[in-house]
Amino acid sequence: MFQTLDAVSLNVLVEIAQIANDNIAPKLSEMGLTKGQKIKAIFKAPFGDPIAFEINGSVISMRKEEAKQVEVQMA
Amino acid sequence: MKIALFGNPNTGKSSVFNMLTGLRQQVGNFPGVTVEKKKGKIEIQSETHQLIDFPGTYSIFARSLDEQVVRDVLSQPEHPDYPDAIIYVADSSNLERNLLFFSQLYDLGLPIVLVLNMWDRSLQKGLKINLTLLEQTFPAAKVVTTNARVSLGKERIFKALESLQKIDRVAFFNADFESLQTNEAQTANADGRLEKIRALGLIEQHSTPDSNRSTRLDQILTHPIFGYLIFSFVLLVIFQFIFSFASIPMDYIDGQFVRLSAWSSQLLPDGLLSRLITQGLIPGIGGVLVFVPQIAILFFFIALLEESGYLSRVVFIMDRLMRPFGLNGKSVVPLLSSVACAIPGIMSARTIADWKERLITILVAPFMSCSARIPVYTLLISLVIPKIYIGGVISLQGLVLFGLYALGIIFALGTAVVLKLLVKSRTSGFHIMELPDYKTPRLTNVGYTVFEKVKVFVFDAGKIIVAISILLWALATYGPSSRDEALQSLHKTKAYKFAQINEQQEMENSLLLSHSYIGHFGKWMEPAIAPLGYDWKIGIALLSSFAAREVFVGSLATIYAVGDNSNIEKRLVQKLKEEKNENGEVIYSLATGASLLVFYVFAMQCMATLAVVKRETNSWKWPLLQLTFMGVVAYLSAFFVFQILA
Repeated sequence: MFQTLDAVSLNVLVEIAQIANDNIAPKLSEMGLTKGQKIKAIFKAPFGDPIAFEINGSVISMRKEEAKQVEVQMA
Repeated sequence: MKIALFGNPNTGKSSVFNMLTGLRQQVGNFPGVTVEKKKGKIEIQSETHQLIDFPGTYSIFARSLDEQVVRDVLSQPEHPDYPDAIIYVADSSNLERNLLFFSQLYDLGLPIVLVLNMWDRSLQKGLKINLTLLEQTFPAAKVVTTNARVSLGKERIFKALESLQKIDRVAFFNADFESLQTNEAQTANADGRLEKIRALGLIEQHSTPDSNRSTRLDQILTHPIFGYLIFSFVLLVIFQFIFSFASIPMDYIDGQFVRLSAWSSQLLPDGLLSRLITQGLIPGIGGVLVFVPQIAILFFFIALLEESGYLSRVVFIMDRLMRPFGLNGKSVVPLLSSVACAIPGIMSARTIADWKERLITILVAPFMSCSARIPVYTLLISLVIPKIYIGGVISLQGLVLFGLYALGIIFALGTAVVLKLLVKSRTSGFHIMELPDYKTPRLTNVGYTVFEKVKVFVFDAGKIIVAISILLWALATYGPSSRDEALQSLHKTKAYKFAQINEQQEMENSLLLSHSYIGHFGKWMEPAIAPLGYDWKIGIALLSSFAAREVFVGSLATIYAVGDNSNIEKRLVQKLKEEKNENGEVIYSLATGASLLVFYVFAMQCMATLAVVKRETNSWKWPLLQLTFMGVVAYLSAFFVFQILA
């Protein structure tokens, strides 16, 4: 089952399946968000946006619209 | 030899730079852009080399202004900043991702040192890195471990640089970057490299996932209620320092320069040059240095918050709130700092990576009511707003003061919305950022930041400020020859003859100012400002307060000859209240006072801010545009306020 990264619940480990938007893809790759990597939402800003994710031991914050470009599946 | 320092953000790259160069740093811009370029000198075997600190980036591909600089330099070997060797700083506790950019630089073929920084943290986290394998994978690179925050590893880097040679190498992935122009190709390159790096198995033992401490703190600091409460408290402390304690060194600097000016005027023979030095140059330099305490205090706190990792959490919780105005969380600190003083506020906008958002922040920041407006506000409020209490509790005067601050904030944000539509974007503006681990701030790093910001202000913006203040001084001090006749006829008046010596002096000063070039200019422009409710005396005060807003009060005091003794403000208010025009109406009516108040909310009456905007945008275009725009807004709103109330 696929969902986008902005919609995952907190503290649920998911796996990156695909990155939809071409523009943001290289940026996300550089920051370590590549296909097959495990990622977890760990906390959210007030109003639920942006969201902080843990990936490979570092914490990365993304706006919701940006996280929407990342398709994930249950790890 | 030119040595370039590269690395991802938050890897302690600036700690490494500080450790290697000490205080021998020079701060400037990369040619043509406003991306900070720090240069320093290092000595290896009694040979001096130049170290250039590049902005922290994640790869060789460009999407932001910072990344463009890195890309531009590296893609043109004839570029003046093209390095002969590279020091690459990596965060050991997040090695694999850090190696992506490193592997790209490695494939460029330049001699390269790989610095595994924050080595202690990776050990603490229980990470185990196979260094031998790392050296085998990148045989042409030298690998060293450091802990730059506590200055460990300096010798190791120097030693690696000494033995550095250009070694022919087999590319780790591929060396052809020119062909990688599309997003697709760049993604494939980054993905491919990362995949290969991860497949190496450099990390023998992964860290035990003990991010609990950080996460628990984050839960509090980004909490919908506590998060904002804590941030408000932090702000309160900072403003307390700026408003209450900065005035002590500021007054001291002020006093010392007054003394210096008086002392040197006794020392030097009277003449044009002597007056230029004692009345123009020395106070001009004083006018620059007087800002130093505020800049130093503000950057002390900003650096402290940044070093600790808290600042990025502030950005995180403020991002959503700033978005409707075309800004992001990073605009919060520059804008709030501008409530103290727009100068450090604008200087702190450097952290905003996206050029468009940085520019908008810089352009709207001076609308925030700064501390220099307070003397103007309080004088005018006590002059025209009655001292009454609404419902017996709320002071009307206080309410008006609050309204002026609110007006500035609303206008700053409103202008940002408009500028969002007008300013063209040069970059894509992503808001993905790393939230670094919490760390105890290192005071040396904080000290470097404070020192560097003060230096940039004093030497870069300072020149412009001194030049403008000398010009303003000359215009206010000298006048056409008709002034001497006016002075002689003053000497013959009865009022003058019967006045005490200090009153005579005040009368002379008043006459000299109103007959100076600025005085003539004020009279000449009276028709233009009459619709705002101002006479030529106010015109003079407006013109001279371009030096700094609070000069408005001093200028009026000179014009109305109330001298400069201790209760100047009380006497000035008294005098201004009695002022009548030829029709016998009070000049400082509610309409004129209110019109002046809104004028000072909006007008760019601060040459120091202009000088800083020039420095931070690297052109005269933006400060002049800002001056014009703010002037027009100030004029029109003052006009409407006066016409409605009069």
